[in-house]
Amino acid sequence: MEVTININGQQVSRDVEPRTLLVHFIRETPGLTGTHWGCDTSNCGACVVTMDGKAVKSCTMLAAMAAGHEIRTVESLEKNGQLDPVQQGFHEKHALQCGFCTPGMLMTARALLDENPNPTEAEIRTAISGGICRCTGYKNIVAAIQWAAEHPAGERQEVQA
Amino acid sequence: MQTPASFEYERATSVDGAIASLARLGPEARVIAGGHSLLPMMKLRLAQPEHLIDINDLESELAYIRDEGGEIAIGALTRHVDLLGSDLLARHFPIFRDAEEVIADPVVRNRGTIGGSLCQADAAEDLSAVCTAVKAKVVIRGQNGSRTVPMEEFHVGPYVTAVGDGELLTEIRLPLFPGAGSAHEKVERRAGDWAIAAASAALWIDSSTISQAGIALSAVGLTTIHLTRAEELLRGKPPSEDLFEQAGQIASEDCSPNADGRGPVDYKRHLAGVLTKRALTRAAQRALKEEA
Repeated sequence: MEVTININGQQVSRDVEPRTLLVHFIRETPGLTGTHWGCDTSNCGACVVTMDGKAVKSCTMLAAMAAGHEIRTVESLEKNGQLDPVQQGFHEKHALQCGFCTPGMLMTARALLDENPNPTEAEIRTAISGGICRCTGYKNIVAAIQWAAEHPAGERQEVQA
Repeated sequence: MQTPASFEYERATSVDGAIASLARLGPEARVIAGGHSLLPMMKLRLAQPEHLIDINDLESELAYIRDEGGEIAIGALTRHVDLLGSDLLARHFPIFRDAEEVIADPVVRNRGTIGGSLCQADAAEDLSAVCTAVKAKVVIRGQNGSRTVPMEEFHVGPYVTAVGDGELLTEIRLPLFPGAGSAHEKVERRAGDWAIAAASAALWIDSSTISQAGIALSAVGLTTIHLTRAEELLRGKPPSEDLFEQAGQIASEDCSPNADGRGPVDYKRHLAGVLTKRALTRAAQRALKEEA
């Protein structure tokens, strides 16, 4: 079946089997491999993207179910060479080691801050509870999201310094 | 890589259209809403439907929570995130907020629906016990109209419901009576996991006497356990710690857990008793306005 999905503002079409999962459509058709394919069971959160602004697990959605909706992936965060504040926050607070969970964590954080620009620590921990990180123990991820909340416009100079 | 077996996909544009497709395609057709139970089952080949009918475009017909005077009506496509955020539901049945805070995680809750949860008929699922405790009725629609089924008759076995071929669960109705209090208590291994055991309780208290009670357990039997014997014990008596202790004792006796990675049988029976007592205690406090 022909499926057309708006991914990061681009209309992407492909003839796929109905059983094609959204995560594979995203990785294989426009070749956006930033979205990671992890546990395949909606437990780990590495595959989180946003659909119409809400965080969703793309391993547990059919590509066909996303047709006609707006998908945003981690590749959409950087704009005109400027990192999104959540990306800068991860850089500032050393919120990743191996990086496998990072795309899902970043998209989950972006969706949280779009809805709630000033979350409490408890709200941040609840929001990212659908993501599993085996490296950092979450402390630095929480600090990174707090940094992003405190710097909503980002601080490029600070990063470069 | 886990991928479902092949199937035909169709996107419904109306409830009537979805029902017509279900009737035409017969028993090998399944409805997909959030998909967070069905797709994992299909990846594991525990479910292998030949046709999927996607009802996600039917939000205008099937996603709502409204006060209909004497009853709260919840559309089957209402997502967990909206059940969690509903002030109307929290005001009348805080048990829903208790449960929704511990169902999966916020990202999954953006997709999963109440209708999907009930139709999955998994004994470990929380909302089936919640709806049983609050004496909900469900509306099932087919080509010849709608029928209403009480929750205790909805689950006819593990993963099997009263929804027949060519039918769609469309609505959950919660009766409103004065003096209501309700609570859900769950113990899980880690955040977002299925319950080791969970207890849902609702009490209706009239002049310091329990006029009606609803209690159900998750994850400690092949289906949701409806504790009718404990409900009988509570009716007509004033709420007390001793009474709730006895109800907990009945819960321990009347459940039938299996030993698995989540724990042995005696532990789960103990947990069922403790959680039943806790849920009843909080439900009573809420009915008596001692706790929000």
